[in-house]
Amino acid sequence: MENTPHLLVHDRRDNVGVVVVENLVADTSMLCVVTADNSEFRCTLKQAVPIGHKVALQDLNPGEAVIKYGQDIGRVVAAVRKGEHVHVHNLKTKRW
Amino acid sequence: MSGATQTIWAFRRENGRIGVRNHVAILPLDDISNAACEAVAAHIQGTIALPHAYGRLQFGADLDLHFRIMIGTGANPNVAACVVIGIEPVWTQRVVDGIAATGKPVCGFSIEGNGDIATVAAASRKAKDFVHWASEKVREECPLTSLWVAAKCGESDTTTGLASCPTVGNMYDKLVPHGLYGCFGETSELTGAEHLAAARAISPEIAQKFMKTWSDYQKDVIEAHKTSDLSDSQPTKGNIAGGLTTIEEKALGNLEKIGKQISFIDVLTPAEPPARGPGLYFMDTSSAAAECCTLQAAAGYVIHVFPTGQGNVIGNPIMPVLKVSGNPRTVRLMSEHIDVDVSGIIRRDMTVDRAGDVLIEAIVKTANGRLTAAEVLGHREFVMTKLYRSA
Repeated sequence: MENTPHLLVHDRRDNVGVVVVENLVADTSMLCVVTADNSEFRCTLKQAVPIGHKVALQDLNPGEAVIKYGQDIGRVVAAVRKGEHVHVHNLKTKRW
Repeated sequence: MSGATQTIWAFRRENGRIGVRNHVAILPLDDISNAACEAVAAHIQGTIALPHAYGRLQFGADLDLHFRIMIGTGANPNVAACVVIGIEPVWTQRVVDGIAATGKPVCGFSIEGNGDIATVAAASRKAKDFVHWASEKVREECPLTSLWVAAKCGESDTTTGLASCPTVGNMYDKLVPHGLYGCFGETSELTGAEHLAAARAISPEIAQKFMKTWSDYQKDVIEAHKTSDLSDSQPTKGNIAGGLTTIEEKALGNLEKIGKQISFIDVLTPAEPPARGPGLYFMDTSSAAAECCTLQAAAGYVIHVFPTGQGNVIGNPIMPVLKVSGNPRTVRLMSEHIDVDVSGIIRRDMTVDRAGDVLIEAIVKTANGRLTAAEVLGHREFVMTKLYRSA
């Protein structure tokens, strides 16, 4: 469907979003929706990312905080560029 | 408010509590009485045995918890009547007396000096009487908001925080202000969102009680026993496959299930019955699904709503567990386990408000007697929480 989002973002302050469709391939111009206010924007996916996994909405450097729900969910441990997959290979908890 | 004025058809018990199932439970006091209980349940149709792993040489707070779970399970309003079997009569009678305080029929049997065969014969006769008695009970019209509905999420993924947990939260926002008892737990799984959870307490006193419970769990359970980075267990491998990376991210999604408007009014110890009247309660529990559900059922909750992303298949023997999923892949691949499909939320063709109404409709049907997926599939996970090794 035309209006079905590819990526959902909880909060405008977030620097990552969640892929919400299956089989998303590299170079997709994703329709991104912020659930808090229903605002929309576009972001180009740099690599295939599975449903449920996160994508960076901006370049992120080691040591920076990843923000989701408007909250700190951990620190970047390997550089990520906008549109790339964010997961256990580049994001680590600050708790244990 | 949606659903708040609806009624259900349920069983009104002797103590006034409302049950949605009419079980005759065959409850072993201890691990070595499982075989006798299972023999009774195999023989007497309409009964259910609740085998478990513990009950011998426990002491202190761990023994107190054992009795609280045993008595609370038998006392649950989904249980019409209960047969208790233990190896010896003293602790068996303690459980019988605890359950009898509800006014429901309960009878104890002990094996020492009798052997399994004579015990099973005597217990079977009593269980048969209880089944006849229970099967004459008729459902009555009761307010939907007289229910006690617990929640816990499992095999979570990022859709849990986007869809299924907000659905549960929406249901609580709509029903708790009108008298529903709610309950959330998973102490360690609030790590990263504990400050937001504390802010949802009804008063500074309850917030402090919550923070003490949370930090004690960190200190006494996690820090005391961890051998390395807990990231190997929490998030789980299933969580990670579903896209969750850190405990903070998991906790923030988890907390979505307590809604946006309501506060929790007390902090309960494991299996402690809520005592401050209608409202939302936090219970100190493990985040393992079967342990948490068993504790909530023992506290008196009669229906469970269970958001899942990757597809946890948990059930409980006496408390119907309703699965809610917002992950379209899970809904497709594991359809037999999912009771409420809210995957429309991430497609933006279903609002969270609508999903909350759909969940309320499912709760009404379940309360009226419709079996959940977990019940039909035979999921009866009854898992006691044990605090430390036995003496």
